[in-house]
Amino acid sequence: MKIDLKSLTIKKAHEAMKNGEYTPLELADAYLEVIKEKNDELNIFLEIFNDVPEQAKHAGVMFKNGEAGAMTGIPVGIKDNILFEGHKASAASKILEGYTATYDSTVVRKLREAGAVILGRLNMDEFAMGASTENSAYGPTKNPVDPERVPGGSSGGSAAAVAANMCLASLGSDTAGSIRQPSALCGVVGLKPTYGNVSRSGLIALGSSLDVIGPIAMNVEDVEIVYECIKGEDRMDSTSKPESLYERKEIGKPVIGIPRHFLKMDGVNEKVLENFANAEDKLKTLGYEVKDVQLTNARYAVPAYYIILPAEASANLARFDGVKYGLHVGGENLIEDYSKTRGAGFGPEVKRRILIGAYVLSAGYSDAYYNKATAVRDLIAQDYKDAFKEVDVILTPTTAGPAFKLGEKVNDPVAMYLEDVFTVPANHVGLPAISIPSGTVSVDGKNLPLGVHFVAPHQREDLLLKISKDFLKNA
Amino acid sequence: MDKKDIEHLAKLSRIEIPEEEKESLSKDLENILGHVGQIQSASASLGRDGEVTGEKTKKTAGKLRNVMREDKNPHEPGIYTEKILKEAPEREGDYVKVKKIL
Repeated sequence: MKIDLKSLTIKKAHEAMKNGEYTPLELADAYLEVIKEKNDELNIFLEIFNDVPEQAKHAGVMFKNGEAGAMTGIPVGIKDNILFEGHKASAASKILEGYTATYDSTVVRKLREAGAVILGRLNMDEFAMGASTENSAYGPTKNPVDPERVPGGSSGGSAAAVAANMCLASLGSDTAGSIRQPSALCGVVGLKPTYGNVSRSGLIALGSSLDVIGPIAMNVEDVEIVYECIKGEDRMDSTSKPESLYERKEIGKPVIGIPRHFLKMDGVNEKVLENFANAEDKLKTLGYEVKDVQLTNARYAVPAYYIILPAEASANLARFDGVKYGLHVGGENLIEDYSKTRGAGFGPEVKRRILIGAYVLSAGYSDAYYNKATAVRDLIAQDYKDAFKEVDVILTPTTAGPAFKLGEKVNDPVAMYLEDVFTVPANHVGLPAISIPSGTVSVDGKNLPLGVHFVAPHQREDLLLKISKDFLKNA
Repeated sequence: MDKKDIEHLAKLSRIEIPEEEKESLSKDLENILGHVGQIQSASASLGRDGEVTGEKTKKTAGKLRNVMREDKNPHEPGIYTEKILKEAPEREGDYVKVKKIL
């Protein structure tokens, strides 16, 4: 039987499997067929797990026994930095070549308990460092909308897989925009939950004060279903939070704030501003009140990030030493073992960031860089706190431009860093944020997707989901 | 940032950098540090709580704190040993093996 994957949603698939129109195995096979057809060109999945049929049959049993929930039998992909016991995970790095996960990440455990079918692992920038998926040691992923262009990153594989109908939903991780930016550039929906709302146990760490796992899917309802499945406090992650940590006020129709000064920065594409103005008009037509807000220090969010992140990454990546797992390159002594393994195993961007991390943390520089950056981070947090006294969500474009061509920015690290300009402030502050499609712009005869981006106060994912549904329902 | 700086950072980071990459790396790092250096001009707006000196920056910096759990109730010894050692490049018995350290 032919299943129409293009218009499929998690809810529709659930109903169809419940009514016996097709089985989880048939659904998984339909997606595997698409992967087989397109993956050689697009390089989205790094590996299809060989136990997919087993997983799907198990989901079938759950349906038969009346134990099926919303995620049972739903085919999903996971970013290559999320551990699934007995399966390979490499963070798209040569240094983890051959590594097999020795335990389940909490998000995978939750997906498996719900009966989801995990098809395989998805390409990404090495250790999630990048905004184009070109930093993968296994070659770049191409944007399904236009294969000459990047899908964004670092969860480029996760966004592209959904856009190419290779899975119904996927998991990505977001440290500066790595779920939201690729979602915008591929025309799908990506949610970065509140810092701590989703356990990171079993996520290969990049920047521990910033990293969050979140879902990507075609529509807001699907993103919500996956989020409901993976969220929750977890004793395996000491930074995960109880759901009631923050004060929660009753909000009727959310008031929208726009930081207009922030949109006027250099490098924001005219077409993006035009697209954004249309989105704003639409929200006003839908009856939303729109106010201006000031995020005075948001302009320092990218430079502060590229101090804090390398500092944290240089510490987190110290564990890759050729001793415990993955690649080992031998030298004359142990120190040489470390240096040779790390020299051979890490790609150029990872090396750059580790060296920057060592620099900004070294004696004599840590006040000027690291400590200053953490102080700036507090100021950014205060700006949001002040803004949220006036408004309930903050709206900006997701990116400064549509998907760029492969190779266009790969030799200019700073240009690549500016991809995060609208998304990274939410990571500094730990706020939840979502990117949703806001139409397309025509570039060189191709219609390229853009996204708009809402940020809400801590643990107010409900506001993001509500306003996003409203926006897209009236598309 | 010159070749010597790169060599020093590479040593601190335990990363072997081939000779021919040092030059381009030092340029990259200089560009990045130039960009992130923008935060120095944030000092004016840091004045919200008064003048921020090096000392004050340290005090106000980072409201984020680690949350630690008590180091107790360990799992039964040995239940993960095989799984974990299977991933190690070299082992000897129940140990991960490294070169002699003196």
